Amino acid sequence: MSRIGVFVCHCGENIARTVDCAKVAETLKDHPGVAVAEDYKYMCSDPGQALVKKAIEENNLTGVVIAACSPHMHEKTFRRAADQAGLNKFMCEMANIREHCSWIHEDKDEATAKAIDIGRTIIEKVKHNRPLETIKIPVTKRAMVIGGGIAGIQAALDIADGGHEVILVEKEASIGGHMSQLSETFPTLDCSQCILTPRMVEAFQHPNIKLHTWSEVEKVDGYIGNFEVTVRKKARSVDQDLCNGCGDCFGVCPSKKIPSEFEAGLGNRTAIYVPFPQAVPNQPVLDRVNCTLFKGRRKGLAKDACGKCKEACLKGAIDYDTEDTFVTEEVGAIVIATGFKLYDIGKDQPDGLKGYGEYGYGEVPDVIDGLQFERLASASGPTAGAILRPSDGKEPKTVVFVHCVGSRDPEKGMSYCSKICCMYNAKHAMLYKHKVHDGRAVAFYMDIRAAGKGYDEFSRRAIEEDHAEYIRGRVSRIFRDGDKVKVWGFDTLSGEQVVIDADMVVLATAIRPNDGVKELAQKLSVSVDADGFINEAHPKLRPVETNTAGVFVAGACQSPRDIPDAVAMASATSAKVLGLFSSDELEREPAVAIVNEQTCIGCMRCELVCPYGAIEQREVCTVDGHVCGHTAYVNPGVCQGCGTCQAVCLSKSVELQTFTDEQIFSEINALCAWE
Amino acid sequence: MTADFEPRITAFVCNWCTYTGADLAGTSRLHMASNVRIIRLPCTGRIDPLFIIKAFERGADGVIVSGCHPADCHYTSGNYHARRRFAVFHDIMGFVGVDPRRMTFSWVSASEGAKWKDVVDQAVSNVRELGPFEAYRALAPEAVEAETVGSPGAEVTP
Repeated sequence: MSRIGVFVCHCGENIARTVDCAKVAETLKDHPGVAVAEDYKYMCSDPGQALVKKAIEENNLTGVVIAACSPHMHEKTFRRAADQAGLNKFMCEMANIREHCSWIHEDKDEATAKAIDIGRTIIEKVKHNRPLETIKIPVTKRAMVIGGGIAGIQAALDIADGGHEVILVEKEASIGGHMSQLSETFPTLDCSQCILTPRMVEAFQHPNIKLHTWSEVEKVDGYIGNFEVTVRKKARSVDQDLCNGCGDCFGVCPSKKIPSEFEAGLGNRTAIYVPFPQAVPNQPVLDRVNCTLFKGRRKGLAKDACGKCKEACLKGAIDYDTEDTFVTEEVGAIVIATGFKLYDIGKDQPDGLKGYGEYGYGEVPDVIDGLQFERLASASGPTAGAILRPSDGKEPKTVVFVHCVGSRDPEKGMSYCSKICCMYNAKHAMLYKHKVHDGRAVAFYMDIRAAGKGYDEFSRRAIEEDHAEYIRGRVSRIFRDGDKVKVWGFDTLSGEQVVIDADMVVLATAIRPNDGVKELAQKLSVSVDADGFINEAHPKLRPVETNTAGVFVAGACQSPRDIPDAVAMASATSAKVLGLFSSDELEREPAVAIVNEQTCIGCMRCELVCPYGAIEQREVCTVDGHVCGHTAYVNPGVCQGCGTCQAVCLSKSVELQTFTDEQIFSEINALCAWE
Repeated sequence: MTADFEPRITAFVCNWCTYTGADLAGTSRLHMASNVRIIRLPCTGRIDPLFIIKAFERGADGVIVSGCHPADCHYTSGNYHARRRFAVFHDIMGFVGVDPRRMTFSWVSASEGAKWKDVVDQAVSNVRELGPFEAYRALAPEAVEAETVGSPGAEVTP
């Protein structure tokens, strides 16, 4: 006979405000099989846990139901307490009367009745729980970092310095990410490349870091401690073992007018190219879309239309016939650091977003975005650091900076703040004024959000020392007017319309998750939020973990981040990874399916539906060794516990521990007590 | 239809998306009808149609099945199996005369607390309109009687 203990938590006022906790405990005390039922103000506190432990020991309980918050919140806490009191921890379950009851109902009678029902269903479940042992699994002490921007580089370096091998996967030809495109960084105005490129080189040369550039994650199998990741190494057409980065190939390439991604479209590159001179690795890739030879091949020309780079390469490193190759890496942990892209404000928008046709971006050449301004201001940029507008190369005397283009605008599909724009706009205004002393910098803002060390002082400096004019209000229209760019705006503090004849306009467009993040998230079984950013496991307490054990997240793929934030997150993920790697074995919940070989008929329907390939067929032999039949077998190391096999089993021979038929039917049966 | 009829609805939800979405509805203090009782499962793929039949048999007036969106399944593909199974099951139930509005199938992700509230409120209002599910009891009165009379806490095996 079961002896269940029921412990009802008030959660301060959180539950007690709408649920009569004493009544819940009193009612459940009379439920068959319940030996003791108590309520307490904070069950998760030390005295609360002590109360549970004492009750387990004194009453020799066979099961425990904690009626409190969601199991996602405190199941671990109470299972640990049960374990300490000598009760198998899988005999402890949570009845969720907070998130699923007290917080969503107002009527106290209704909520109390529901809380009692919830308690009953879980009591009935616990009656059928069985003591289980955790499963021990080995840990592969290698990590993979996806994304080679500043966050990915930092995470890789920290893990590598901790003594473990790291595979760094970058989809572009070089690591460095967006930070390599920036001119100066706020709030110190130090040169971005000067602080970044040594890090890039360090990552490249680190004995523990293996770099896959021009590569993408194709497939992810396995689970925490034992992932198997297939990486697609895109055809580079350049043998990385032979290439010495001399650059002879791109000197002779005839396709010279391809807009450079690194220069944000303000400069050109060749078809065979390194993205920027400080690229790591400093080896080119051949862009097959724009290459004359490949264009010819696609048209079906009998003879190759070009071949100059191959002729020019003295090392013989160029091979036009290479294809994508696949490498399988076994790793124990994965860090996602795929970064961001800028919201493309043109008329055509993906993902159900809306564009800003009225701002003329893409139509008026002197309307540019923040990254393009970074390239104009950068000493390594297309103008060698001179602020010259794209249309005619003249120095703009009036520049308008528009904050919050897309950000904080639910109408356009983005209600969040992009966080970094207030700061980089102030920086842009300063950089401009430092270079064009007689110029006028005007910024249209909604609010100035400069929270961070030295940030507010920095944005004040733009206004007070560099005399940037800040106008609180929105811009309604931007259009070409002769050789000027007309800006129509509104000053909400004075209540007046503002019209500015600008020479150039810089739009602080919203931060969006990078392309392909959703597909990657699916491969890793992690979720993304409504805006497409990777979801963390807990917004406050587990900010760098995801809902998939062993997969961590760093930088702007989780939410808009500035450099210090991204670096801090990256170091945090490495602490998590190194923690994981500190033991040889991991403990896993025994939520796995087991097959009853006595009743299994070997139909193998379970094998067909198993998403993990955890089920295999085993032979059944007679005493003298003849094969007389087959049964299914579940590999407990691979099974993840979804239970899909159990739902299709004809002979009810496979059973998911922790969610058995017996447990679920008992829960359903308990609901007949509904009044 | 009884004037003071309060529908009894059993929801079978997956642990990773809808259960977490319902948690989010709680964290966001979204008030909703109190007629739904949730049974947590690892994945919608775990749902045996017998669970739904059992719920009706035990007096539920409606059932909700909810899990991760297509392609978002924590277990890669469990929700696809659930969808296929439910599509067939739904039709069979319709064939035997059960009003399909008593069964709600939806995708609610971990970030869709507000959608969960809508699903709950809609299901409750649908079933409220249909009235108590007495027809089911009429199908097999003895079996229902025999099981319901027993003590709710008795350790009944299915």
